[in-house]
Amino acid sequence: MTLATAILLTVITAATPLLIAAIGELVVERSGVLNLGVEGMMIMGAATGVATAIVTGSSALGVLAAIGAGMALAALFALLTLGLAANQVASGLALTIFGLGLSGVVGAPFVGMQREGIGKIALPLLSDIPVIGPILFRQDPFVYASLALVAGVAWFLWRTKAGLTLRACGENPVSAHALGYPVLRIRLYAVLFGGACAGLAGAYLSLVLTPFWTAGMTAGRGWIALAIVVFASWLPLRAMLGAYLFGGLIILQLHAQTAGVAVPSQLLAALPYLITILALTLIMAARRGAGGVAPAGLGQPFTPDR
Amino acid sequence: MVLERRADAGPWALILSPLLAVALTLASSVAIFWFLGQDPWRALNVYFLMPVSDFWGIQEVAVKATPLVLIAVGLALCFRSNNWNIGAEGQFLIGAICGGGIAVWTHGWGGPWVLPLMLMCGALGGALYALIPAVLKVKLRVNEILVSLMLVYVAEFLLDWLVRGPWRDPFGFNMPQTVTFARDATLPVLFDGGRMNLGTVIALVVVAVAAVVMARTLKGFEIRLVGEAPRAARFAGFSDTRLTITVFAVSGALAGLAGVMEAAGTVRQLLPGFSPGYGFTAIIVAFLGRLNPVGCLIAGVFIAITFIGGENAQIILRLPRDMTLVFQGLLLFYILACDTLILYRLRPSPRRAAA
Repeated sequence: MTLATAILLTVITAATPLLIAAIGELVVERSGVLNLGVEGMMIMGAATGVATAIVTGSSALGVLAAIGAGMALAALFALLTLGLAANQVASGLALTIFGLGLSGVVGAPFVGMQREGIGKIALPLLSDIPVIGPILFRQDPFVYASLALVAGVAWFLWRTKAGLTLRACGENPVSAHALGYPVLRIRLYAVLFGGACAGLAGAYLSLVLTPFWTAGMTAGRGWIALAIVVFASWLPLRAMLGAYLFGGLIILQLHAQTAGVAVPSQLLAALPYLITILALTLIMAARRGAGGVAPAGLGQPFTPDR
Repeated sequence: MVLERRADAGPWALILSPLLAVALTLASSVAIFWFLGQDPWRALNVYFLMPVSDFWGIQEVAVKATPLVLIAVGLALCFRSNNWNIGAEGQFLIGAICGGGIAVWTHGWGGPWVLPLMLMCGALGGALYALIPAVLKVKLRVNEILVSLMLVYVAEFLLDWLVRGPWRDPFGFNMPQTVTFARDATLPVLFDGGRMNLGTVIALVVVAVAAVVMARTLKGFEIRLVGEAPRAARFAGFSDTRLTITVFAVSGALAGLAGVMEAAGTVRQLLPGFSPGYGFTAIIVAFLGRLNPVGCLIAGVFIAITFIGGENAQIILRLPRDMTLVFQGLLLFYILACDTLILYRLRPSPRRAAA
């Protein structure tokens, strides 16, 4: 394996959790709900995932538990914002604080317990192709799942009636309601899907990327996923592009640190966050005058009046 | 079930809702303690009563409540007017860095002018840092939530670099920390032997000023109106651009002031992990205080008690420190839910012919 291939492989591993969480949040926001609790759901996924995997000895059960934990937190968020029409920004923040705390409690007994990460699956023959073989066809199951998610969500949102209905709930919930669509139920499904994705992304962190638990291990990845959704103009394929760009950045920064570039390591570590701000600024500057691309009903609570 | 706005939600509801939220959080914590195999009453005692059982403890509560209240008062202004400054933690750290930098720079030759200069620089630094998301929001409509939050991480790395690099105490055995501030660079304590300092008085003054501004001035009315009825505010000729800049600058200045006072009054040096997350906890304080300055004061004291209770519980009950975060998150959930349940009522869906 050449150095370039090796670097590309690490870029994909860094990008995958961002991509999974971002694609979930993209569906949530398309339905008109802003869930700022991605970081909280993600870290709960990471904690429950690794805890379950250690207790049961099964990575698959760990992944399922992580998805369940993400969905459970998402259900709590849905209860507040959909059931009680509470403020979505504040509820999302509460979810993040709660998730960060609870993950610390759940993960506490498992600190420092290392286990073998989930391995990679090599597709026969195809993975032997030079250069692109290892990159495309020798990956862990999460990478394949993330790509399937992107394709599936893109197809669902633009090629199915259900997807169109979901987008209608995000653009104009009042009209969607008037047409007889159950806006709140559709939003509930979207929020639960987002929770499942965030939990899955968390499982990737604690079961593949660094196969053990450390408190606060998401380190703002949930927030970067939220930024990717904005950066991607709420389009799945662009979210994929955004996630890989950020993944590349994270890896570049790590390589620069080990190569001993004459810059303080803290500056390099701060780069992904600075670049996020820069990327958001550039994309908004480019969009100036082009009108809003965000779902028109994003963040507005909706209560059917009758 | 449908939500229906109550016609009779009087002013009592505004006080009842946070009280109900606190009661529900206490009930949930009893259940959690029981689940964790702790004696719930002993645990509640450790969390809520032990911190205020003597004068020394009350002073400690004041020390913790001071930054929380200061930051929350600023955030309340922001949230009221629909400006989501989530990065108070970063503005707090930048305030500590700007003020603490003066203390490090003047170490050994300063005079009585050092402390006022530190406080000014801290507030100014916090305000400028908060203006980054504010300006990006009004100029380019960049999401202020994400920008202010990302800047928290940046501030953490900046502090880390400073105390490990240029500002490290040369006689500090290579520890990542600055010199201990000189007398001229520290806030005087109010009572001998305690840690409560002048900062608490400053925080109380800020609460009083903010309460008057919100209730009695045009600016206060503008802030409330923009948040509650943005269209009406525009017709009235209020500029939401200018308001966004103002509330971000004020909340950043207050967070920065809280930061420099924490450095000059409580910690007396800069070191990584200098803040126990005051900037994030203050978000909960602001909501628990109903986005009202006096409410923030009461809520800040309450949350400060649980902060110290959490530290006690870690030592006495061996509960993880993150338990405090769980309770804080729960509390915010309950506040938000109670607000709805008190302003609205749940009614079974009317059985009508399908529309």
